[in-house]
Amino acid sequence: MSSSVIGLINLNEKENIIVRTPVTDDATLMSLKTGDVFYITGTIVTARDAVHERVIVEGMKLPIDLKGLAIFHAGPVMVREEDMWKCVSIGPTTSRRMEYFEYEFIERTGVKIIIGKGGMGPKTAEACKKYKAVYAIFPGGCGVLGASAVKRVAGVEWLDLGVPEALWILEVEKFGPLIVAIDTYGNNLADEIVNNAMRKRESIVQEALRRFSEK
Amino acid sequence: MSTALNTESRLTTLLSNFINLVAVKLPDDTYKRLIELRKREISPQAIFIYDAMFKNIELALQRKAPLCQDTGVLEFYISFGENFPYKSALLKSIKEATIRSTQLGFLRPNVVDSATDKNTGNNVGPRLPWIETEIIPDANYTDVKLYLAGGGTSRPGRATTLDPSVRWEGLIKFVVDTLSEYGPPACPPLLVGVGIGATIDIAASLSKRALLRPIGTRNEEPKIAKLEEILENELNELGIGPQGLGGRTSVMGVHIEYAGRHPATFAVAVSTGCWALRKGHMRIYQDLSYELFSHRVDKLE
Repeated sequence: MSSSVIGLINLNEKENIIVRTPVTDDATLMSLKTGDVFYITGTIVTARDAVHERVIVEGMKLPIDLKGLAIFHAGPVMVREEDMWKCVSIGPTTSRRMEYFEYEFIERTGVKIIIGKGGMGPKTAEACKKYKAVYAIFPGGCGVLGASAVKRVAGVEWLDLGVPEALWILEVEKFGPLIVAIDTYGNNLADEIVNNAMRKRESIVQEALRRFSEK
Repeated sequence: MSTALNTESRLTTLLSNFINLVAVKLPDDTYKRLIELRKREISPQAIFIYDAMFKNIELALQRKAPLCQDTGVLEFYISFGENFPYKSALLKSIKEATIRSTQLGFLRPNVVDSATDKNTGNNVGPRLPWIETEIIPDANYTDVKLYLAGGGTSRPGRATTLDPSVRWEGLIKFVVDTLSEYGPPACPPLLVGVGIGATIDIAASLSKRALLRPIGTRNEEPKIAKLEEILENELNELGIGPQGLGGRTSVMGVHIEYAGRHPATFAVAVSTGCWALRKGHMRIYQDLSYELFSHRVDKLE
């Protein structure tokens, strides 16, 4: 698929899609296609490098049930105010570091939405297709926007991993925008963009060189 | 003695306030360029992403919170006026200012000791904050430039030493390859800094200095300015788009800085800065008054 085809997606009718977590049926997620924008109201849980490693490599049992929930590849800035945790800033980290674990993570936990940035690879796409899950991108660098959708920090587990790596259980309202990068059919938008760039780069180099040589 | 301490404490406050401003608010050049780039996009998801960025910029200002949760590691580029009287005090106050800004929650503790893997907890660690200094002959003031180097956006950074026979083709290919392979997760649209020199250390240092140059300025050498413009246009043709999800705008600009080379070498380095480009430029005068070149309307408080 070329980027011009991707550009034709009509978002207007879908821009207010709100997905509630836990997701209890496959229909909602199956209606989303790559490039669609949606928001989450419900529970999301942060899980990045160390959580994936504990679950997949060390075989540890998760202290919470992620079935139907969303995980977020993120290391937030949290402050403790009296007895409550408050989320100051939360944005995505590079998802590709979790590519090695994600197929099995989805398989074992029943998680339905993976949120991160930069895209994920073919194994995650395969898992999304098989288990009717989606991978969505939250715009990187928008940490305050992310925090503004967090209504309550409902809990934290595995805090021994440190604040950025712990499992933060967050109640969110209209958390987004989330752009579908891998849909339940296994389409992979970020990979298409990268492959497209790879195909074009030789001709781009030649064109730049030609223009640079012009007097 | 008490005057010297007083000066150091005033400089610490000034620098900490400067760090806080840079963590919260984009510099003028970057904000202006993002507005221009948004207008060029036609793909709806690209426009959605720009709108999310602008909303985030506004919220960060309202809440005085760091724009991005990754506030990076701190790099200082200091040009001391030869006659500026507080050179040592300024150098000493950098660490204190960094620790204070971390305690105040404007900086996430990011510095990890490379040998022991321990996070130092206060953004001060072996050789960090990174400080490069130079002297401006005869001047009374000092220029302080600060760059917050985030993890994601520093990951594409690369350097190579090319054969002079293929220098320009090699440079173009190196820049295009770096951006297409490593650019998408680094939070595009990116500012691309390219350094050229005799050795990779010279090239690498210049590639970072290139990022500090205001967006919209061109290298004074016409041939290099032409290459900047060509690379800027051609990198946008890659179609990476904001956040790597496709679009017409992949880069905020390309800045090239160069030094002389050796007859046998042509070293090239690339540094990238994410759309949330947190950099600042402040001039401090002898009476400790200041001027902000990067954030014209702001006051330090």
